[in-house]
Amino acid sequence: MNPLILWFHKLGSPPYFYRFAGRWLPWLYTLALIAGVIGLYGGLVIAPADYQQGDSFRIIYVHVPCAWMSLFVYAFMAANGFIALVWRIKLSETLAMASAPIGAAFTFITLVSGSLWGKPMWGTWWTWDARLTSELVLLFLYFGVIGLYHAIEDTRQAARAAAFLALVGVVNLPIVHYSVVWWNTLHQGSTVSLMGQSKISASMLWPLLTLTFATHVYFFASLLARSRVALLELESGKEWVRALASATEPNHA
Amino acid sequence: MHEFLAMGGYAGYVWPAYAVFFLMLLADALAPLWQRRRSLRDLRARLARQAARKSTP
Repeated sequence: MNPLILWFHKLGSPPYFYRFAGRWLPWLYTLALIAGVIGLYGGLVIAPADYQQGDSFRIIYVHVPCAWMSLFVYAFMAANGFIALVWRIKLSETLAMASAPIGAAFTFITLVSGSLWGKPMWGTWWTWDARLTSELVLLFLYFGVIGLYHAIEDTRQAARAAAFLALVGVVNLPIVHYSVVWWNTLHQGSTVSLMGQSKISASMLWPLLTLTFATHVYFFASLLARSRVALLELESGKEWVRALASATEPNHA
Repeated sequence: MHEFLAMGGYAGYVWPAYAVFFLMLLADALAPLWQRRRSLRDLRARLARQAARKSTP
């Protein structure tokens, strides 16, 4: 068999995934921290103040990476939910459910930092316009997925029901992304574009991209950490978990 | 340094935004550590109960 496919099959086995995640976790956290510190230094110290918004524009460095992550994590969760529903892969259920709280955290940061940015620039903490409302709906979708997952006793059934809800909620992603184009909104349009020219100077852009990288790496670190614990609980009757539990036993005299 | 902290008069908006970012991600990073410790402890308690039940005639 193709070694990559073989490795993929092995990764689907909980004890292997547990060890694999444990090996990668410290490196991912460290990489995210280093990239985060470099990006924050670039954004807070090196980048010049904006000619219109002054220093308040520096909120962009937490707001925009988290906003991108709120969409990315949702897409990741829904994709794994789809795999879980179609192919019933246990690891995909776990990955989908583990991404929900991380995505909710990123969405929450996006809303709060956006509010803190809106007050000095627009004169209001909150307005019910398309971008803000659809991002709030995204937060509620995350809450819905988490809530549904915890409401059903059987973990695997719960994961499938919540994965289905996550899939339905995918319809909100293009709405969030294109809201600033489709509707007349207070929120500014995209400054950074994957295709074509970004409307931002390089000295302001590189910290943003560095922080985007850092938040992505952080997401995968947190995802591995959470999935690992979830697998431990899911497989608590299995031999490998029992061996692990007795191996980590604190020594009582 | 003082000028840096003042953020051109926007300190009251910039620093809370960064604080929320840090606190949320810190809480998110700690959550799985606590959860892991708790589930391993529960598991050990269950194994101990099972072992005790087996050893009593």
